[in-house]
Amino acid sequence: MSTVSNVAVKTARETVQLTAKRSKEQTPTALIFLGLLWFSLFFGVAVLVALIVDTAITGWPRFDMNLLTNYDSTLFPEKTGFRAGILGTAWLMVTTAVLAVPLGIGAAVYLEEYADRDRWYNRLIEVNLQNLAAVPSIVYGLLAVGVMAALGFERKGIVLGGAIALSLLILPVIIITTREAIRAVPEEIRSGSLALGATVWQTTWRQILPSAVPGIATGTILGLSRAIGEAAPLLMLGIPLAVRFDPTGIFSEMTALPMQIFFMTSQSQIEFQQAAAAAIIVLLVMVLALNGLAIYIRNKFQRSW
Amino acid sequence: MRVMSKTPSTITINAAHDPYAPRDPHSTQHQEDPLSTFVQAGESAAHALPEVPEAVMDVNDLNVFYGDFHAVHDVTLSFGKNEITALIGPSGCGKSTVLRCLNRMNDLVAGARVEGQVNYHGQNIYAKAVDPIAVRTHIGMVFQKPNPFPKSIYDNIAYGPRVTGMKVDSMDDLVEEALRGAALWDEVKDKLKQSAYGLSGGQQQRLCIARTIATRPDVILMDEPCSALDPIATARVEDLMVELRQQYTIIIVTHNMQQAARVSDRTAFFTAKADETTGDRTGLLVEFDTTSAIFSNPHDKRTEDYISGRFG
Repeated sequence: MSTVSNVAVKTARETVQLTAKRSKEQTPTALIFLGLLWFSLFFGVAVLVALIVDTAITGWPRFDMNLLTNYDSTLFPEKTGFRAGILGTAWLMVTTAVLAVPLGIGAAVYLEEYADRDRWYNRLIEVNLQNLAAVPSIVYGLLAVGVMAALGFERKGIVLGGAIALSLLILPVIIITTREAIRAVPEEIRSGSLALGATVWQTTWRQILPSAVPGIATGTILGLSRAIGEAAPLLMLGIPLAVRFDPTGIFSEMTALPMQIFFMTSQSQIEFQQAAAAAIIVLLVMVLALNGLAIYIRNKFQRSW
Repeated sequence: MRVMSKTPSTITINAAHDPYAPRDPHSTQHQEDPLSTFVQAGESAAHALPEVPEAVMDVNDLNVFYGDFHAVHDVTLSFGKNEITALIGPSGCGKSTVLRCLNRMNDLVAGARVEGQVNYHGQNIYAKAVDPIAVRTHIGMVFQKPNPFPKSIYDNIAYGPRVTGMKVDSMDDLVEEALRGAALWDEVKDKLKQSAYGLSGGQQQRLCIARTIATRPDVILMDEPCSALDPIATARVEDLMVELRQQYTIIIVTHNMQQAARVSDRTAFFTAKADETTGDRTGLLVEFDTTSAIFSNPHDKRTEDYISGRFG
């Protein structure tokens, strides 16, 4: 290229206009589209905020210690409390975790580390797991009734029954998240361990599971925080709407927080409505605390490979 | 990389070679006359080789299939005691597949099927009664990408002996011995309890080698062990391989022909043959000889074309 044309090109470029009165990003169509996106985003959030604020205002007069320490009382609705429900929910959560976590991790480890994907029964199990996560919770309640009957329990509305129902409910969630956590461990770790003469069992136990713990913990807690608010499967089991004693063990009769809320909201007195609203806030705080814990664990133990 | 053709004395490979000798990382290789470079390199690497390898492992009519795909066709090879054997060839020629068959790591690939024999001291490791776990304790493997475990340096080394149930008098001594064997001890002796992820890539790869020799294998397989490393780290790993040759039989897959020429005693050249109807590429062994013969006097036209850079 000659020097002359070089100069010419340079001058032409220098006069190119790079400024604009209105950016092309701000045409009416683009703005309307952006507005729609904002609406979609805030619709859900706005409904949730409205709900929480409304509930908090209704329940405001009942934020006192009686709410947490008293049993349910029809004689003094202004002093009714959720002691039995809160303790029952706590018992349920612990028992559910004890039942569901080992089962879920075991199933996930089998599917990821041992199962032969080419076998039709393993593929069938995989497809069914995805479907199980979408089964309505009331169906799991029915299933738990069946299990309890098969185990020979006459009274099914006990801690163990509720825990079985909730375990079945959250098992798919735990299995799916555990499988994802296991899959996130790089293949090189696996082959490195096997090449040293370790067995698949040793590799899983000493390398894969320790690395997958944060993911497994997160999935488990998220599963539990879903289970904590469930009332439908507990209704199927005939768990009482209100009891006036603390649960004492896994064979003890009990009630749960969502059951008590369900019971109170169906009463006509305004005091019960207020108590129910306050209990909803308590339940929400418990769920949020669990979710917060899950996020904390995930961030704290996150590993980049 | 080291200067090759100018000063042959610097590439003379022997156990006394100082791995910490300063090197100029900017020195370039002499590309003008690759063949003559290889000749010198190959000759200097050869150390009184027997005519026929005193075989620790040998492969007879090995065929490997992945599902319907025929990956490796009729490979027959033997790997000599205390020798370094390099497997070279263009991509897709099946050299890594052959390597993974040697300690049954191919078992882990879904759909993989092996025909023919892979003998370790005359015993077919694909025989029914053979336990792949036992095979891997005798035949260790170092991978392409450094893959330390997310544990401390000490625990990385101790892992193998622990899982295989090795009888150890003192684990501390074994860890030190393995790290010294991999020329890593002086660099890490003060931080054994720290995570292995804090090491550089080259150190991590030497840690992986240390981890492998801690289980006292007989044969060490290396799958392109330097391809993720910079030239200085590569030189150190190569020096290490030559030192390890005194005690171990080493089989290395490499894409780098200079590396094969520098470190190996014998070289097997593989190539891929495309099927005329399906277009599937099957790997086959073209030529197997001493490294100096392969690089100075190849018998097959394809070998000559490949090492002189005409294809691949």
